[in-house]
This record gives sequence, structure tokens and C-alpha cells, in this order.
Amino acid sequence: MLAESVLDTIGNTPVVRLTHLSPPGVNVYAKLEGFNPTGSVKDRIAHFMIKAAEESRDLTPDKIVLEPTSGNTGISLAMVCRAKGYRLLCVLPDNVTEERESLLRAFGAEVVYAENATTTNDAVYKAQQMVAEDPERYFMPYQYGNENNPRAHYKTTGPEILHDVPDIDVFVAGLGTGGTLTGVGHYLKDNQPDVKVVAAVPHPGDLVQGLRAIEEGFIPPVLDESVLDGRIVVDSISSFNMTKELMEKEAIFAGISGGAVVKVAVRVAERMESGNVVALLADGGWKYLSTDLWAKDWGEPHEEVQGKIWW
Amino acid sequence: MAVEVRVTGSMQKFLRGQKSVPAEGSTVLDVLNHVEADYPGFRDLVMSDGQLHRFVNVYLNDEDVRYLQQLDTGLKDGDILSVLPALAGGAA
Repeated sequence: MLAESVLDTIGNTPVVRLTHLSPPGVNVYAKLEGFNPTGSVKDRIAHFMIKAAEESRDLTPDKIVLEPTSGNTGISLAMVCRAKGYRLLCVLPDNVTEERESLLRAFGAEVVYAENATTTNDAVYKAQQMVAEDPERYFMPYQYGNENNPRAHYKTTGPEILHDVPDIDVFVAGLGTGGTLTGVGHYLKDNQPDVKVVAAVPHPGDLVQGLRAIEEGFIPPVLDESVLDGRIVVDSISSFNMTKELMEKEAIFAGISGGAVVKVAVRVAERMESGNVVALLADGGWKYLSTDLWAKDWGEPHEEVQGKIWW
Repeated sequence: MAVEVRVTGSMQKFLRGQKSVPAEGSTVLDVLNHVEADYPGFRDLVMSDGQLHRFVNVYLNDEDVRYLQQLDTGLKDGDILSVLPALAGGAA
């Protein structure tokens, strides 16, 4: 495989049958997005969002790309911006780990903290303020509301899945921005209307304490809930356990949302007599090494795990 | 059917500070009405105009009832109904 640019290596990730976790008669497959250049599915949307902004002239060489993110999207945008020669500024909430910040800086991102911000929502607000004050200086992709997020999945992830597993019955992915479920879900249903789309969602646990009212709940604009056929909630301990089991039984080193998604996929598969379930694993395990996840026994509830959303 | 209703965070105040309460009913709607009788105001938190509120998800054990039979979803003894706010994309 010879490529002109690292950007040409995004996508075409492998799909692996989970031999030991698939129940009798049903195949559970894992699409390993950790094989993308920065190790996550977000490379796809970062590339699409930046390309589209160049084409529409919303992004020009004099502008700085600005995004509120402490996670995979920041790292992916940093890679794409570096490859194309743009500056990237990430707005982070206060409580980001040092490891995350180092990773963003290593990929060439500049970092600014949103003061007194503890959630992604606060960082989003701060970024929006910065853009409003100086709209000529910044371009904000805003993955939660950018149609090129689901479009990247409609154009790349969806076709790849149907090519590799033409007789797919169920697609399972984690609900973050909703871009993967919306884009892949619509592509699969446009081509095979019987395909079911199931979302794995993190149990919010005590995190919801901060919400003053239900209306503060957040449904990302790019999520089209009409594409979903089911939504299953997974608590942190179950996600950790399955992430560990994926390594023990299948030798797959996945991120924590990958454990949750496989947990849901196996659950769905257990109710089927035959068929094919494809689970999308958004990233590899590297960024979660500091959790000690693969070394610890997660049988008992651990507070440090329950009080946090891991994807 | 004897079931358990669990809430989290800001919703606990509607159950006088409790994280979970026992309830009776053969469907989700029955149970919501049962809880409403003991804790007035609770039902309005979850539904309006006979529909589930958009920003609230009700899970039967771990499955969103919106994709089952919604408020008519049948229950059995020992089921757990969790009422959680719609919250997506924690770390992103």
C-alpha cells in the first residue's frame, strides 16, 4: 500500500469476526477504527469537515481552526490540519488529563482552557464565544452540528461495511455525536432496508447531578433519531469488563466504548437464530492505558469508574 | 407486577431524594401513574400530552422503551425502569 499523503490512509479499516464471542449461528463482526492514522474513527470526519470547509471557502489559509474537544476529534483535526498546513486551536474543559493535552500538542494542536469549564458543553460555549467575537479569525467545524460528520460515514464507513459484510442484519455503534449511527445507518437502510440500527449509550450515572433541568439534556443536531431501531444503555463497569474480555478472548485491543458496543452487539446476537451483526469499535486501547483497565479486576463497583463518562 | 423505578441526578428531588422506589403496574404507563400517585409531579417530568418527553429516555432494564412499545411496553415482576436524561457524547 503506497500513499501520497497520510490523509489517503484514512478508512478501509479491517472487519474481524469475533470467533469466541459470537453466539452459535450468528456472526458478530468488529470494524476496527483504531486502524486509522491517529487511531480513531474521528479521522474520517475531521478529513471530511476540513475538505468541505476548504471547498466552501469557510476555511481559508489565514484562518485558525477552532474546536472544543479534548478527545479523539481534536487529535484527528490536528493531524488533518498539520497535513494541510492549518493552525488548530482546541478549547479544553478544566479537568482534562495531562496525557490528553500532551497528545494534542504532540500532533501540533495549540490548546486553550475554558475557565471554570468542567464539561464539554462549557468548552463548546467558550469556543462559540471566541468565534462570535472574531469570526474572520476562526473556523469552527463543530462536529455535533456539522453535516459533513454523518456525510463522512455515509460516503466511506457505510459502503466499506456493506462491501465486507453484504448480508449484514444489524449495525451497532456508540452514540457520541450521532454522526456514525446517522451516516452509516442511512447508507445501510438506503441499500438494504431491513437492516436494523442499534445505539449503545453510556449510562450517565451520577454525572447527571450537574443538570438543573431535563431540558439541559443534549441531543446533537447531527443525530437523526429516526434511523435508530433500538437504544441500549451500558454502565461503565460492563464496558470495562467487555473491553478486557475482547483482549482476553479475541486479542483485540479496543477503547472503552468498543467494549460497550460489543456488549450490545453480543446481546442483540443472542436473540437471533442466525445472521450477521457488525459493531463499530471507535478506537484502540492506547489512550486508556492509564486507567489500568486491563490489569484490574472490575467485579466490584469502583467509584472512580462510575462517576465519569468514558467516551 | 412489582417493579423498581430508578432515577438519577436532578430527578431524585421528585422522589424526595430517593434514587429508586418500588412501583406496581403491567405497562410503563401503569407504573408512571402509580409513582405519580405517591410522588405528584413525577409523571410530568417524564411525559407530556400522552408521549414520552423528548429529552428523557426510559429504559426497561437496559433497553429504551421508545423502541419497544413505548408507554404500552409490558412489564414483568422484577423489571427495572430507569429514567435517564438524553445526554450524548461525554468526552468526544
